[in-house]
Amino acid sequence: MATLQLKQVVKQFDDTRVIKGVDLDVNDKEFVVFVGPSGCGKSTLLRMIAGLESTSGGDILIDGQRMNDVGPAERGLAMVFQSYALYPHMTVEDNMGFSLKLAGASKEERRQKVLEAARILQLEPLLERKPKALSGGQRQRVAIGRAIVRNPSIFLFDEPLSNLDAALRVQMRIELARLHDELDATMIYVTHDQIEAMTMADKIVVLQGGVVEQVGSPMELYHHPCNRFVAGFIGSPKMNFIDVEVISASADGVDVRLPGGGQCQVPVDGRDLSPGARLELGVRPEHLLLDDRGPLLGEVQVIERLGGSTSLYLQMGETSVILVTDGDVISQVRDTVHFGFESGRAHLFDSEGLALPSLNRHPLADICRQDNRSAPTAAASH
Amino acid sequence: MTTVKTGQVPLAHDSEMARATPRKASMIGVNSRKLWLTVLGWGVAILIFFPIFWMIVTSFKTEAEAIADPSLIFAPTLENYVEVQLRADYFKFAMNSVVVAFGSTLLALLLAIPAAYSMAFLPTKRTKGTLLWMLSTKMLPPVGVLVPIYLLFRDTGLLDTRTGLIIVYTLMNLPIVVWMLYTFFKDLPKDILEAGRMDGASTFQEVWYLLLPLTLPGIASTGLLSVILSWNEAFWSLNLTSSQAAPLTAYIASFSSPEGLFWAKLSAASTMAIAPILVFGWLTQKQMVRGLTFGAVK
Repeated sequence: MATLQLKQVVKQFDDTRVIKGVDLDVNDKEFVVFVGPSGCGKSTLLRMIAGLESTSGGDILIDGQRMNDVGPAERGLAMVFQSYALYPHMTVEDNMGFSLKLAGASKEERRQKVLEAARILQLEPLLERKPKALSGGQRQRVAIGRAIVRNPSIFLFDEPLSNLDAALRVQMRIELARLHDELDATMIYVTHDQIEAMTMADKIVVLQGGVVEQVGSPMELYHHPCNRFVAGFIGSPKMNFIDVEVISASADGVDVRLPGGGQCQVPVDGRDLSPGARLELGVRPEHLLLDDRGPLLGEVQVIERLGGSTSLYLQMGETSVILVTDGDVISQVRDTVHFGFESGRAHLFDSEGLALPSLNRHPLADICRQDNRSAPTAAASH
Repeated sequence: MTTVKTGQVPLAHDSEMARATPRKASMIGVNSRKLWLTVLGWGVAILIFFPIFWMIVTSFKTEAEAIADPSLIFAPTLENYVEVQLRADYFKFAMNSVVVAFGSTLLALLLAIPAAYSMAFLPTKRTKGTLLWMLSTKMLPPVGVLVPIYLLFRDTGLLDTRTGLIIVYTLMNLPIVVWMLYTFFKDLPKDILEAGRMDGASTFQEVWYLLLPLTLPGIASTGLLSVILSWNEAFWSLNLTSSQAAPLTAYIASFSSPEGLFWAKLSAASTMAIAPILVFGWLTQKQMVRGLTFGAVK
């Protein structure tokens, strides 16, 4: 049982406030990912939870106990660093057993726990090696092993895969997810890579400028972003934004005029809008469809063929949009194409960037990674 | 197909030839530069080593030969060494030098490691200023504080004691020791110490199990430098010691004054005084160079 609560947590460096009052609940056995652009405060927040940074305001509670003034080791957490931070002068076994040695565990007990962690991570043949004799992936596994040996209540990961090459990152991502299932532990993971966030998280916390923009399951953030920032940050390629004008609006939907004169009705609650208001229409590249009768017209600027899919970079007047379509599409640069979208997949953002509430909840919005394995039938029934 | 290929061969060959000539020329340039640098290096080394060489040579001459026209042809004699040993107990002075040089180095490291740790890992706005201030004390001429320190030593009974000399040498070397350790510590990734903290290490354990083993080359070269500086120090040892705690620098000086200058004996005494540290420096030079250039190239 390990839960974490942040209550109005603040971090201030001199005159600069880098964490501006964060509230968050992390449940037992949950895999929570902090994601956001560089400098958003995600690593600082993790270090505050770890106890490596002091807290300027608010409370950090672990299993209901206030931990603000408790040292890093006494919080019962373990952290995996971006740089692995292995002790270069110690063997893998000594690296993994260092915390136990400091805690005064006997040699026997140390060896047993290290072997157990080494078995989980398939590190047994490497126990006598020093870190410099290991590959990047192996070092990463040792760093994780060092965390496992401590048997922490919560695992903290600070961008642990960012030093690995692309292929190894995918492999380690899968391994980490497997490890979470095997250890059944609470994990908090910081990354700027939204693919890691989407694939591993039960819950994603999107941060920007020291503020939590949205907390939710990956699918909720994808299908129901609460503002323009989250909408743009989650999803790759990023969501397209197109300026539109309100024709009519009600609680049952909003009619908007598209560039080029076309119209469409977006199923969002528009009761506070008045005709003539300017909004931004958000449509994901994969939700734009090539359609000869589509309301939008654009000139192809760039084509990126990825085999399975093709990205078309289209220019519509002053607006650029990306359209992801079938890999076998026959288009050429400077072609003019008609395209459209399913109105149910579109989002509307007001002048402050806030999303208008969608009338239909996406069936997968509440599903998380854990549900994928525990209730496959529930997911299939949607 | 074939015609095209044969047509290409001479072309490729020509271009290789064209490239080879300047490469050859540049190789000659590199070689001659290397030669000049080697000559320069040897020249500087000989220039620096010559006084030591001449001192050693002189120590094997008679007094008459020592003041005659310089010559490398003479009958070597050990009489200076015998006489020098008869006049003063070399081993007593040498022991004082060893105790004082190593004692002050140990004390300086003990004080400097925590100071450098806090400056490297827990810096404040004033850290840089403090470091510069510490170094600036090295720019003060020692004679400026001779009288107050002499009086303090006299009143506390530290005159002519090894303890007194250890204290003075420690204070003398502390700024440079702190500064060097600070640069070595700063090169250590902070993450490693933080990982130690997460693993439950106290500050002492962090220093003992992680910082010290990982910066050992730097600490060793700092210690070596401190030993050499203390060994060679003459100003304070001449002014604060007379017989009991006098190190080898005072031993050399004792041969320069009473009955005029006896070059051969003075050279024998000097050779004996520098011999241990010369051997020590020779044995540890790799470590010294490694430590002094540590972090310079990443």
